[in-house]
Amino acid sequence: MANIVVRSLSRRSFLASTAALIVAGSTPGFARTIVGRMPWEPGSATPPVQVRPGPWMFFTADEAALVEAAVDRLIPPDDRGPGGKDAGCAVYIDRQLAGPYGGAAGLYMRPPFMPGAATQGYQLPGSPAARYRAGLLALADHVRTAFAGKTFRELAPADQDKVLGGLETGAIVLKDVNGAEFFALLLQNTQEGFFADPVYGGNRDMAGWKLVGFPGSRYDYRDWVDQHDKAYPLPPVSIMGRSDWTVRE
Amino acid sequence: MARKLPRKDVVIVGLGWTGSILAYELAKAGLDVVAIERGPWRDTATDFPPAYAQDELRYAIRLDLFLRPEQETLTFRNNASQSALPIRSFAGFLPGNGVGGAGVHWNGQTWRFLPTDFRLRSHLEERYGKNALPGDMTIQDWPVSYDELEPYYDRFEKLCGTSGKAGNLKGTVQPGGNPFEGWRSSDYPNPPLKQGLGAALFAEAAHKTGHTPFPQPASNMSEAYVNPLGLKLGQCTYCGFCERFGCGNYAKSSPQTCVLPALLRFPNFSAQTESEVTKINLDSTGKRATGVTYVDTSGEEWEQPADIVLVCAFSLFNVRLMLLSGIGQPYDGATGQGVVGRNYAYQTTSGVSLILKDKILNPFIATGAHGMMIDDYNGDNFDHSGLGFVGGGYMGAGQTGARPIQTRPVPAGTPKWGAQWKKATAETYQRAFSLSTHGSSYSYKDCYLDLDPTYKDRLGRPLMRMTFDFHDNELKMSAYLTARLAEIGRAMDPAEMTASPRKGPYNVNIYQTTHNTGGTVMGADPANSVVNRYCQSWDVHNVFVPGGASVFPQNHGYNPTDTVGALAYWTADAIKDRYLKNPGPLV
Repeated sequence: MANIVVRSLSRRSFLASTAALIVAGSTPGFARTIVGRMPWEPGSATPPVQVRPGPWMFFTADEAALVEAAVDRLIPPDDRGPGGKDAGCAVYIDRQLAGPYGGAAGLYMRPPFMPGAATQGYQLPGSPAARYRAGLLALADHVRTAFAGKTFRELAPADQDKVLGGLETGAIVLKDVNGAEFFALLLQNTQEGFFADPVYGGNRDMAGWKLVGFPGSRYDYRDWVDQHDKAYPLPPVSIMGRSDWTVRE
Repeated sequence: MARKLPRKDVVIVGLGWTGSILAYELAKAGLDVVAIERGPWRDTATDFPPAYAQDELRYAIRLDLFLRPEQETLTFRNNASQSALPIRSFAGFLPGNGVGGAGVHWNGQTWRFLPTDFRLRSHLEERYGKNALPGDMTIQDWPVSYDELEPYYDRFEKLCGTSGKAGNLKGTVQPGGNPFEGWRSSDYPNPPLKQGLGAALFAEAAHKTGHTPFPQPASNMSEAYVNPLGLKLGQCTYCGFCERFGCGNYAKSSPQTCVLPALLRFPNFSAQTESEVTKINLDSTGKRATGVTYVDTSGEEWEQPADIVLVCAFSLFNVRLMLLSGIGQPYDGATGQGVVGRNYAYQTTSGVSLILKDKILNPFIATGAHGMMIDDYNGDNFDHSGLGFVGGGYMGAGQTGARPIQTRPVPAGTPKWGAQWKKATAETYQRAFSLSTHGSSYSYKDCYLDLDPTYKDRLGRPLMRMTFDFHDNELKMSAYLTARLAEIGRAMDPAEMTASPRKGPYNVNIYQTTHNTGGTVMGADPANSVVNRYCQSWDVHNVFVPGGASVFPQNHGYNPTDTVGALAYWTADAIKDRYLKNPGPLV
């Protein structure tokens, strides 16, 4: 403990030597040593990458047809605005599954995988992408068998609702897939897509935000916080701007 | 084989609130300080600038600023008869990651504990008798008093620029503030934030029903502020992206806005990021730490020798580091012997959701911590005789922003999808808001942390195992508080109201709060505590756990951060004024 030396710092002397020192460290990788000032470099921010229209990146054509039909029943089009399909929910899910989320990036995926109590959280090894692949296959098989060779997209809306409702309640049992868990995942992702910033491919033209009256990434409500019981007048805005500022591709 | 680095006076494990406060105080005193942080450097311009900070999917759903379970997680079970399983994705609580820690993503609720909270067991036994407490309840008095901590609470609130209204200035009750709070030496550094309609309606109903509503103390700036370190914070814009987000506007107190720019001016301070401390090293006697070992992103091991080791990680990970380093006797849940991992506690929250008849609430206009609260049912502010429980919490109308992936209330019985769901969602959003209770979580013999026998982290070290469930005392408390809150809710004449008191079992899938406390608790007796009243290890005198919530002997009916910050300053003074002059046990 005799090693501790309490020095009185000369502010002048260290200001004089403020060659701001950011050493990449003698270590490879990202570990770094930061001394002397707040580290900042231009261009080092990581804004989201905008989802562009284009071919499916995860779904096969058959899978995409099923998902587009399903999201349009989960969020049906009506006089309040577009449904899940036109709002881009299937595109959103496709791009999410093709990215880190689909691959379960960052999650704890070490064995052993053992069944547990419901309070202990999801315990199966499948990534979201793997769960979709298996769930969509099992669902397509079920529909083909139950509806004389038809696909989900070819069913009448009332029958589509029956299938989705049967999955939700567990009344429909899929082969090798927990139908209720798969339905819950599909519903969660569909609603995420409908209400997430449009930069991720869903909520096209801010349909989800317009439905409820959420102004999006507005920055400053100081003039509005205590204007009680008055409708906020401005239309929603996204991280990437507003739909009427943007050419639709 | 670890490569040995040059010796430092002080090594700090984790650069969040406590780490940055201790680093500043000790660097200012002239010590050579290095902080080792396992997550990345984070700052406003790079990680959450206003251009894209308001991204619910990225930050609130995909949890961009939080710890990745693949780096470290815990295993969990409700009781010792179950096999603990790993938390594969965080949901029930969300540990932070990176420089700033939980101080980046918190809401800013800045509450002091009650004076009686600090002598909880003595107070309750004096008022209700020795037999009033359940036999397996292991609550204990803090080894510091409210009066001792008051100047340090004041210091932390001034560092933060907290917005609020004093309810008790030097013993004199102030109109408009919280009449139940402990005495304050000065008012909050900033006036209260403005309130939305939901909070205003709650305050009116609370007043009408005989309660005393007041603005929640918030480390969101009601006005631009310059803190005592000379750092400038901007006025909060009520953007509604606080909880789980970094603030793009320099308007929420955090290590980034309140400490780091000043800290980095000291040439005798350095931060080593993306480097995970794996162990506190001890000398051959086991009574003195020689420094720490850490591993960098390439997997290479480094030894950082130091004369003082400060354990400043998130509370749960402080406990694990002490267990992995063999400092203090691990707690054994079967026998009740041992101390490290003992008295893990949480928070007992509940809600009352309301749909009003015909109002425009604009629920998206919000800060993390504005809102109107009452404290009539916290701690021992009310007579518990005949109620069958002890403890309590604050309650009221907080509004952290109705971001629509997570906040889309619908009337009870509405389908979860389809045409009816869509209609109900559209018609309810503007009229709905929720009231909540923030209740205490007292400690018990069978709620604890230890090392898991099965699951390992990426470095092959055992994960920590959490054994926790709610006890009858807490569930009765939640039922009582939620019923009181529903009475106030009813006075708001809602079209519809649903009261949801907390029910067991504790479910690690459902977000409740990230107020995980205990495990390295502070106390007056080494038999029931890991650190003494100066947050110093009883066993290894040059190891301190300076104020993380892991030192709380139990958790009270408030958010922990104000007490965490106060204890950080308290410990810094003890090290500067006493330990450096005469290194050794301070008690």
